[in-house]
Amino acid sequence: MTVLLDPTSEQSPASRERLVRPDKLEGLTVGLLDISKPRGDVFLDRLDTLLTQRGITVKRYMKPTVAKPAPLPLRNQIVGEVNVVIEGLAD
Amino acid sequence: MPAPQVTLPADGLIAVVKRDCPTCELTAPVLAELTAHGGLMVFTQDDPSFPETVPDRIDDLALNVSHTLKVEIVPTLIRRVDGREVDRTHGWDRAEWERVSGFQGIGAGLPAFRPGCGARNVEPGVIEDLLIRFEETGLASRRVELGEDEDEFEATFERGWSDGLPVVPPTQKRVLRMLTGTLRDPKEIVGFCPPNLAVLTVEKVAINAVMAGCKPDYLPVVLAAVEAALDPAFSMHGVLATTMFVGPVLVVNGPIRRQISMNARGNALGQGNRANATIGRALQLIIRNVGGGRPQEVDRATLGNPGKYTYCFAEDEEGSCWEPLSTDFGVARGVSAVTVFAGFGLQGVVDQKSRDPESLARSMAESLKAIHNVKLAPSCDALLVVCPEHERTFRNAGWSKARLLEELHRLCEIPGDQLVAGARGIAEGYGPSVVGTMRNKFRPGGLFIVRAGGGAGMFSGIIGGWSSGGAAGSLPVTREVKS
Repeated sequence: MTVLLDPTSEQSPASRERLVRPDKLEGLTVGLLDISKPRGDVFLDRLDTLLTQRGITVKRYMKPTVAKPAPLPLRNQIVGEVNVVIEGLAD
Repeated sequence: MPAPQVTLPADGLIAVVKRDCPTCELTAPVLAELTAHGGLMVFTQDDPSFPETVPDRIDDLALNVSHTLKVEIVPTLIRRVDGREVDRTHGWDRAEWERVSGFQGIGAGLPAFRPGCGARNVEPGVIEDLLIRFEETGLASRRVELGEDEDEFEATFERGWSDGLPVVPPTQKRVLRMLTGTLRDPKEIVGFCPPNLAVLTVEKVAINAVMAGCKPDYLPVVLAAVEAALDPAFSMHGVLATTMFVGPVLVVNGPIRRQISMNARGNALGQGNRANATIGRALQLIIRNVGGGRPQEVDRATLGNPGKYTYCFAEDEEGSCWEPLSTDFGVARGVSAVTVFAGFGLQGVVDQKSRDPESLARSMAESLKAIHNVKLAPSCDALLVVCPEHERTFRNAGWSKARLLEELHRLCEIPGDQLVAGARGIAEGYGPSVVGTMRNKFRPGGLFIVRAGGGAGMFSGIIGGWSSGGAAGSLPVTREVKS
């Protein structure tokens, strides 16, 4: 019998369950994360207007550069301040 | 299969010998003498009929006893008391054998001393089998048992471990052999591998290096390449996740290039050299398998580029009048190092007419201005690969690498009215504020030069980059190669 050594991080079978999606946004705080892609602000500004019109609290965030993952302090700040996050992934 | 159980005598003498050892042959009469005294067990490693002088010799062709006793040289003579080894000698040394055996005057007709031979159980290829059989590999990775009728090559594809080409199945034996290429502990954590930031150990690097087709000698280069790629300044996550073309491009400097027979000359960036091909591939397999970075998942490349299978070459330092690329990053000449650059493809700079450095520099600059788009400046960093016949022109004129970089930077200044959106009939470009200004194709320090290639052909090359963001994008990173 051939035995091979697993070349992966061995995390593959552990699928993560997604958090349950909220039924409605009323009463929640929504974070809008601008990833610093061109025109991402146009999309998020419009969402900001629409959500605010519905009385939903909106907080805005911005990654320093599109090229890298959000820094840990920013991720921690977002987790601590909002219930859901919306980000625009492409320009 | 459980590890073999080896039972040894609690008291007495043990000798381990093999036919293919002149010193063992020499000691055959001594073994007979000691057998006559009683209390000697003789284990033979290669030929059950040896030594003929000892009728009750024991076959250890499986080497289980030799391995358990940790024999390294034959003949080895061991004394055990109350289940423990109390004394040992190897080779033939009469005084030593008299001391260990407790009998004086043995081997009367023999020379006083003869060195022994290497034991079979520690031969390369054999020791790995024994470590596996005795479950002493120390390897921590999950064992994946293939089905009886499962093809081992197909199995690696089916499990998603391949970049699309066949990989060498990473058996325990191959991984143990690979790990002989480094002094580092297999358990040592090299870093956290993007995009999933999974723990990356030396052992996981070795497994993927096996799969890529590396020889053990290449492992230190692979480790240095991985360390460079994992440096946050290189931004491997971004290089992987971008929709743009790039992947890690590796340039190797220093004596290791020749030690592992890398190609820095004809077709240096092409196919055909095992070290060039497999070192770059190993890095990409690690990002895929350990980091979880797969195309159409976190790897969002629109087109990608063929160099994402492997992109690794050596600089021709011996043929160059310039300092090696690694010295640009603070590594002294003569020290082996790997530089990783976020790059793609190769855009040719064909110039067969320029015979003075000014003309050739202008030619190169015009080609450089076309990277990404002629309307974008700055657009990205770039690695200029200068061929020997082009370098000769600069060499004859006394141009240093710094001089060439300075001239290229000056020649890559572009008037903003050529870059404004709509200029030259191309919508791509910048807002009207650029009109009347000058912009450079490269950020300061964003152009790098390396010297490689065959002796014939006035064909240099440009490896385009990803961003011009410097520290906010991806910076080239150099790491020394350590054993």
